[in-house]
Amino acid sequence: MADTAVQAKDHTPTVEGTPKPAGALDARLAALTLPQGGFAAAARRDALARLQDMGLPGPRDEYWRYTDPRPFNAPEATAIPVPQEQATPLFETLDRLTLVFVDGAFDEAASDDLALEGVEITTLAKADDANWAADLYGKLEAAGQHPVRRPFAVLNTAAAQDGLLIRVTAKPSKPIHVVHRRASDKADAMWHHVIRVETGAELTLLETGMAGARSNGMIEVDLAEGAVFHHVASKRAIEAKVGIGHIFARVAAKAQFKSFTLSVNGTVMRNEAVIDIAGDDAVAHIAAAVLGDGGVAPFHQDDTVFITHGAERCESRQVFKKVLKNGAEGVFQGKILVKPGAQKTDGYQISQALLLDERSQFLAKPELEIYADDVKCSHGSTTGAIDEEALFYLRSRGVPRERAIVFLVLSFLADALAEIEDEAIRDCIYERLDLWLTLNAVQ
Amino acid sequence: MLKIDNLHVKLEEEDKQILKGLSLEIPAGQVHAIMGPNGSGKSTLSYVLSGRDGYEVTEGSATLDGESLLDMEPEERAAAGLFLAFQYPVEIPGVGNMTFLRTAVNAQRKARGEEELSSGDFLKLVRAKAAELQISPEMLKRPVNVGFSGGEKKRNEILQMAMLEPRMCIMDETDSGLDVDAMRLVSDGVNALRSPDRSFLVITHYQRLLNHIQPDVVHIMANGRIVKSGGPELALQVEQEGYGDLLAEVG
Repeated sequence: MADTAVQAKDHTPTVEGTPKPAGALDARLAALTLPQGGFAAAARRDALARLQDMGLPGPRDEYWRYTDPRPFNAPEATAIPVPQEQATPLFETLDRLTLVFVDGAFDEAASDDLALEGVEITTLAKADDANWAADLYGKLEAAGQHPVRRPFAVLNTAAAQDGLLIRVTAKPSKPIHVVHRRASDKADAMWHHVIRVETGAELTLLETGMAGARSNGMIEVDLAEGAVFHHVASKRAIEAKVGIGHIFARVAAKAQFKSFTLSVNGTVMRNEAVIDIAGDDAVAHIAAAVLGDGGVAPFHQDDTVFITHGAERCESRQVFKKVLKNGAEGVFQGKILVKPGAQKTDGYQISQALLLDERSQFLAKPELEIYADDVKCSHGSTTGAIDEEALFYLRSRGVPRERAIVFLVLSFLADALAEIEDEAIRDCIYERLDLWLTLNAVQ
Repeated sequence: MLKIDNLHVKLEEEDKQILKGLSLEIPAGQVHAIMGPNGSGKSTLSYVLSGRDGYEVTEGSATLDGESLLDMEPEERAAAGLFLAFQYPVEIPGVGNMTFLRTAVNAQRKARGEEELSSGDFLKLVRAKAAELQISPEMLKRPVNVGFSGGEKKRNEILQMAMLEPRMCIMDETDSGLDVDAMRLVSDGVNALRSPDRSFLVITHYQRLLNHIQPDVVHIMANGRIVKSGGPELALQVEQEGYGDLLAEVG
C-alpha cells in the first residue's frame, strides 16, 4: 500500500532553478523502508496521503524562513563517522528504567526489562495489531498540522519503524530513561513514541544521547485529567549532525506537562513542540538551554513552539535560553494562541540569547494571537553579551576569566534549568552543563 | 605594602583625565582613609587598582609589595593579595554564594601554589566566618547577592574578604546604604581582620564609618590627586566644615 501512495501527483508549484518539491518527496520516500501492517497501518497510510498533499518545505515556507530545510529534505543522510568518544553517562546516580535505542531501533539486549509497576510498555516494532496506541498514533501529530504544517512530523508518522508505546496508570517508582546511541555512519534514524498518562497518573521521561547521522524523533503524549508528565532531555553532538524532533502534547483538565531540553552543538537541529491545552486548570511548561559552538561544526539550532490555550484558567510558560559562539546561529519561533473562551489564561514566553562573540546570531519570532478578553499573556526576547560588570566582580575575587564566563553562562541559563522540577535530575543536568562548559572553555 | 606613584588615569572611551598624579603609600598594618567630594576620582582609583576595564594608565605606577599591579589581570591581582569591596556588589542569579566563594578561594590558593581546600574544610571555615558576620546558612545557599538587602550585600563582601584573606583591602564606600547596626557589623568584621601584615584603604564620604574603623592616616582627594593628608582629626574637620575651606587652603 505504501508503494501506491508514493506515486503521488505534484501539487506544489515549481520554481525555476529549484528542485521540484514533489520529486524531492518521491526521492525522500524512496530512500526509506516504509513499515508494513500492524496497528498503525491506517495512520501511516493517512500520513502518507497527507504528506503527498503538503510536500516537503521549501525556502519560501513561512516556518522554514530561518532554517534551511534541505538537510532534512535530502533523500539520504550525509554520512558522519560515529565518534570514538563514548558519551559520558548521565543520570547514572538516579534509580531509573533504562531503554536503549540504537540509531532509532530498540535494543532489547542493552535495555532493562520492559517492566515497571503502573506502566505498560511495548515497542512500536513489536506491538500487537490491537494495541491501545491505535487510537493515538499519528492523531496528535495530525491535529497539530493546523494552522502550521509540519511535513517532517508527517513523514515520521508514515515511516518510523520503532519507538515506545507507554501507557501509565499509576505513579511509577522511577523515571524511564531513553538512551540513544549511534552505530552506523549514515543511519537515517527515525523513531516515534506514543505516551498516554491516564487520570491522576504520573511519568517522568528522561532522554539522552544522539541517534543516526540524521535523526527524526517524535513524542506524542496524551495527558488525561490530572495527569503529570515531566520530560528532561539532554542532547550533545560531538560530531556534526542533522536532527529534527517533534513533541505533540494534548493536556486535559488539571494535567501538567513539563519539558526541558538541553542541546549542545550539532549542525542543524530543530525541535518543534506543539501543545494543545484542552482542559481547564491545566499547566504546560516548555524550556530549553542551548549551547552552540560554531567552531566545533557549523551550528544552527531552531526551537519552534506552538501552544494553544483552548480552556479556562490554564498556565503556559516558554523559557528558551541560547548561548552562542563562533558564528553559531540560534532560532526561536514561539507562539501562544488563545482561543475564544480560554479566559483567565496565563501565558508567558521568554527567549534570550547570550552571544559570546560578534559573529554569532539569534533570530527570534515571538507571536501572540489572542481571542479571549480576560487573559494575561506576556512575552520577551533579548540578545546580549557577557555582563562586563559581573565578569569583573568574579575576576576581582580571583576567579580566572574562563571560569568566570562559565559562571555567567550558568547564571544566564538558570531560569531555563529552574524549569526542571526534580532536584536530583536538575543537579545531574547542572553537573553535565558545568562539565561541558569547562571542557569547552579549555578548548 | 601598597605604593602608588604619580598615577595618571583617563577614561578610555571619553578621553577624560580622572587621576592626575596621585601618590600614596600605605605601609603594612595600617588603615588609610580617603575622603573627597563627588567626582574627585575615588572610585576610579579603586577600579584601576583592581584592574577593571575601561581605564587607561597614562603615567605613573602602582605596586603591591614591589610588584607592579597595573600589568596584572584582575584575578592575578586578587591572587597577589588585593581585594576590592564593591560599593555596589553585583548580583549573579543562578550561581550559589558557596560555589562562588569556594571557587574563588581555591582559584587563589591554586594560583599561589597552595593546596586547595576540601569541601569539608571549606564548609567549616565559611560557616564559622559567616556566623561572626551574622550571615545565615540560608544566605550562603542563595545565589550571589540575589535578594540580599543593602546591608546583607555589604556583609557578604566582608565575608568574601574574610575567606580570601587578602593583604591589601580596598573598601569603596562600604558604608553607603548601611543602617547603624549594619555599619557596626561590617566594621566589627573589618576590625577583626586588622593585623600587622594586612592594610586597608577605606574610601568614604562620611566620617561616621571612621568612628568604627579607626584610620591611621586620612587623605583628602580632590581633582584626581591627594591634596592633604593627616590624622583622624582631618576627617572630623571635613565632617564639621565640609571640603570648601580645605580645598581653598590647598589651592
